[in-house]
Amino acid sequence: MTLRSLVMRRATNLSATLLMGLATLMVLLPLGIIFYHIIKMGFSSINPGFFTSIPKPPGEAGGGMANGMAGSAVMIGMASLVGVPVGIFGAIYLTEYGGGRLATAIRFSADVLSGIPSIITGMVAYTLLVVPMKGFSALAGSFALALIMIPIVLRTTEEQLKMVPVSLREASLALGVPLWRTSLKVTLRSALTGVITGILLAVARVAGETAPLLFTALGNQFWSNKLTEPMAALPLQIFNFAIAPYEDWHRLAWGGALVLVVLMFTLSLAARWLGRSKH
Amino acid sequence: MDKTATRKNGDGIFRALTMLFAFSILIILLIMAGEMVWESLPSLRKFGWGFITGSDWDAVQGSFAALPYLYGSIVSSILAILLATPLSVGTALFITELAPHKVGVVTASLVELLAAIPSVIYGLWGILVMTPWLQTTIEPFLIKHLGFLPFFQGAPYGVSMLAAVFILMIMIIPIITSITKEVLLAVPQSQKEAAFALGATRWEMIRMAVIPYGRSGILGAVILGLGRAIGETMAVTMVIGNTPQISLSLLSPAYTMPSVIANEFAEATSKLHTASLMEIGLILLVVTLVINFMARLLLWSVTRRWKGGTP
Repeated sequence: MTLRSLVMRRATNLSATLLMGLATLMVLLPLGIIFYHIIKMGFSSINPGFFTSIPKPPGEAGGGMANGMAGSAVMIGMASLVGVPVGIFGAIYLTEYGGGRLATAIRFSADVLSGIPSIITGMVAYTLLVVPMKGFSALAGSFALALIMIPIVLRTTEEQLKMVPVSLREASLALGVPLWRTSLKVTLRSALTGVITGILLAVARVAGETAPLLFTALGNQFWSNKLTEPMAALPLQIFNFAIAPYEDWHRLAWGGALVLVVLMFTLSLAARWLGRSKH
Repeated sequence: MDKTATRKNGDGIFRALTMLFAFSILIILLIMAGEMVWESLPSLRKFGWGFITGSDWDAVQGSFAALPYLYGSIVSSILAILLATPLSVGTALFITELAPHKVGVVTASLVELLAAIPSVIYGLWGILVMTPWLQTTIEPFLIKHLGFLPFFQGAPYGVSMLAAVFILMIMIIPIITSITKEVLLAVPQSQKEAAFALGATRWEMIRMAVIPYGRSGILGAVILGLGRAIGETMAVTMVIGNTPQISLSLLSPAYTMPSVIANEFAEATSKLHTASLMEIGLILLVVTLVINFMARLLLWSVTRRWKGGTP
């Protein structure tokens, strides 16, 4: 009786172990397959022209996504100009001055904001900027991306600032350094690598965002050098080319996907490397 | 004397500046919510509750009702959650309880890689690789062997509810896995050792010590995954077929709330059309806010308990 139950228990244990292993394999399998396709299809379409030319009409081989990459860079850059300072200074307020009900409300709204589907961010950017400006624009796209960046930068910066020991701030204050200089030159400075990690992660996140750009930046088949006009973006081009029925465009989309994935992994590896070297 | 005055000024200005930035986040949120309500007013006034009970979406006639989109969003997300949860919890258990430390770390970072892939790339893979495969292999197989069920009837299109469920499952697994992993890591070692000391096998230890301790945290992770699935736009739009219909069959194309916004918003034909899409966005916003709030409450109750130290 006891022997049999022991056998049963061991058998249950073994099958549970196998199931957990199987679950892990089934989770990692799609990752492997997706990577296989991105690398295989992506490399076959990437050549120097991919980075220097704009998409060609369907039916013509070749062409590239240079305008999309440039557009993404411009809009991410502009989004960072707004998102990074708002996030960092907001975080300074929360750790150095906050504590009351207002700080709780701000923390809560940052959490809520980061949970809002990005397509809704796009809709709001549309009503706030596209409608009054009477047209789709890179500016509206950047604004939508900035709204997504703010809560990410805020929360990661806050975590980093919280880890700076109070004694460090006290030492600075005791030397007669005013609070604001202490915040910037001591507290923020000593948390800097962590803060940069957060910024990199936020950039990686918005670099792949497509939904908020659909009706703000809209996309552009050509070069655009005005912020008040529709602008191409890499994820938008991937989307438009993937759903189009042309082989040549599919190839471009795979190339764009490879570029985007390499960019994201470089950013997150850099973020991880920075985060690690600190400790 | 003068110097102290400027110092105080500096501090005051700095404080005001940081407060302004911090406060802007609250303002942004209020503006977003206000805009969504304000812009959907024409549709709210005209259709009332009929908006979520009717299924007529006709831009030419100017009549809009959103039930097919609600149905598509709810069904695709819930099915995806049902498939993703056992796989995610299994993987999280593998990482924390089973695998040697190094294997666990590598597995966890691979799962994180999965989370870093942008939605549009899942969509690209979904539409160019997965749906053709579904159309030629999986769906004919389902029709042949399970075709007597109402869920697997009709022709194999590839782009379908099933495709959306699969792509959503792949996309939310990393979120549920990584949060569940954090929850499981917080189970006190002493609980596990106590189970082992009583002679439990590893599985019995997991069942007696780990799962009960992490239950509400795991539930929180699953609900957070649900919130993500409902708001997911690009990948679903690319594989679901974008047909506003309510069909029991998983093989027929469907439509979701974010997808109809993505497809129609830029080219909305009339004020009422825009307002109706805004109302869909408003419903989406409210649903995701409620879901996220519930998830946070659950996860928060777990973390608070950990701080208290006793289970």
